[in-house]
Amino acid sequence: MSTAIHLALTEIWRNRGRFLLFSMVVALITLLVLFIAALGEGLGAGNREYLEKLNADLIAYQDTARLSIASSRIGCEKRRSIRSLEGVRDAGAVGFSSASILLAGEPETLDISLIGVEPGKPGEPPVVRGRGLLRSGADEAILDRTVAAVTNLRVGDRVTLRTTQGNENEFYTLEVIGISDSRKYSLRPSVIVPIVTWDKVRPQAGKPTGEANPACNVVAVQLEDPSEVESMGQFLEARVDRIEVVDRQTAYENTPGYSEQQATLNTQNGFALLIGALVIGGFFQIQTMQKVPQIGMLKAIGTPNSIVATATIIQIIAITVLGVLVGSLVTMGVALVFPANIPIVFELRSGAMAVGSILLIGPIGGLVSIRYSLRVEPLTALGLD
Amino acid sequence: MAAAALETKSVTKTYSTGGSTVKAVDGVSFSLQRGEFVALVGPSGSGKTTLLAMLAALLNPTSGAIAIDGQDLGTMSEKQKARFRRRRIGFTFQANNLVSYLTALQNVELLLRLNNERDAAGRERARELLVLLGLEEHLHKLPRQLSGGQQQRVAIARSLINQPTLVLADEPTASLDTERAFQVVETLAALVHEQNRAGIMVTHDLRLVDYADRVIHMLDGHVDRIISPKDDLSCLADPDTCRMVPMDVLGFEEAQTGESVS
Repeated sequence: MSTAIHLALTEIWRNRGRFLLFSMVVALITLLVLFIAALGEGLGAGNREYLEKLNADLIAYQDTARLSIASSRIGCEKRRSIRSLEGVRDAGAVGFSSASILLAGEPETLDISLIGVEPGKPGEPPVVRGRGLLRSGADEAILDRTVAAVTNLRVGDRVTLRTTQGNENEFYTLEVIGISDSRKYSLRPSVIVPIVTWDKVRPQAGKPTGEANPACNVVAVQLEDPSEVESMGQFLEARVDRIEVVDRQTAYENTPGYSEQQATLNTQNGFALLIGALVIGGFFQIQTMQKVPQIGMLKAIGTPNSIVATATIIQIIAITVLGVLVGSLVTMGVALVFPANIPIVFELRSGAMAVGSILLIGPIGGLVSIRYSLRVEPLTALGLD
Repeated sequence: MAAAALETKSVTKTYSTGGSTVKAVDGVSFSLQRGEFVALVGPSGSGKTTLLAMLAALLNPTSGAIAIDGQDLGTMSEKQKARFRRRRIGFTFQANNLVSYLTALQNVELLLRLNNERDAAGRERARELLVLLGLEEHLHKLPRQLSGGQQQRVAIARSLINQPTLVLADEPTASLDTERAFQVVETLAALVHEQNRAGIMVTHDLRLVDYADRVIHMLDGHVDRIISPKDDLSCLADPDTCRMVPMDVLGFEEAQTGESVS
């Protein structure tokens, strides 16, 4: 082992320019893979965050909506029916639409997801500052952390929303009563308001009707026993007419474009890793081919195959680890200066998976060259093979 | 009586190519004692290198037996042969002798590392060998910083560092000019004699056989004759061999034979 380490590291040191250059190629691949992973995470989180963090076990849709939140409408009666069923702890109406926030002193507006919830019911996020919603028709709002950060609004401030109703732009001023953690939906940060307020503020074809119990898009259902998600879903569908009930993961996977977007990014990541494996494999293969006479000589003087193979493996691991390390550091540096409007989220799990994958593809890519070096005949040292 | 350093008995190597069988080496038998340095000569294709590969335990004979220090190579596994090579056999090749990224000293010490013998005494022996070969100033130079002759001398030092029974040199002077070729062979022969090793050198250049104790002339795979370098080398000048050896050495002119020299 010590001879293999000596051979491997001495060769790297004597040819440090070449190996460093190649490490930088690995670093660039790492940068690419980490950014694609972070972009996937950012885009995914931007789409699913609200649903993923929802304090509910099941989500009920109108059965003909085919799990499209925008197409789903569930009325007051059905909400009541769901809430009254055995095994259901609580259920809350949730409505989704969009609006814009007027930013103080700026011509720009901030596009947000306007989410209507029933105060105190499933669907309302917990606040990290301020208090929760109290009255269903109150002109109050909870801002998610991103909205609060971008607008500099604090608890007690007033926020002005702009929506289009009929042909007119309408403006609504609400009091900020709480700040929640990040709850993005449809790639936009969220403002959570009482469902009746939501029905009044949201964009619509005509003027608001001012219903006391407006229809919502979906119903967030909390179960007495969260482990019975599957059976309770079937139970709810059997007991309440014309609804389709799914768990949170199925719900966010069916948000428009989510699966396609994730599949695209995963494919890109897969290709980046494949290219990485081919590049690393190609480099070591070319290097091994150039060294055939030397490997033949080493074997002729009695160097065991195990030392030849181990030396190559050590080099592959050293180069890959250095490249991944440099690539990760550069990624962290670049991430700090990246524009905030690009949805990039460096998450430990996906980042670790990306780094782990690159660390794996090095040896996998190098397998061919290891096999090749093992097959070099010592006779090549004598010009015979 | 101690076993011969090297003993071959009816060593034959045949290759099958395109349905026909070619005998590269045909029933070669000879023995070599410690302290003996032998030149293996003959025209291209006479089987010298194939024989050398078999003596080096790199190639298995089709039939016959080879024993070094009384140990039959035919009974060894490939792993045992590799171990045997790094302990009992020293090599100098025609080219690509040295590991390009190791210094002269590291190249010599490599054998010690492989044999787990890189202790203080081993390192001192490596240094002494290189000094003996006139490379004191070049211990820490890489092969690319050394001349061809210096590289071959490093290879000679490496071939002797493991105190082998048998030293094999495959045309060690092929890429050297005349002066350096003589220096290298003289050094190799002197060290084989001084250190009581058995040495075999394959060469095309009959001018270099003066340093050998015996000359084995191979022709068409078999030993044509074994002579002393003191003998008249023109005995090798039969029409077949004459094409393969330098005319100036044999005292023949191209015009006299009407054949080209290779």
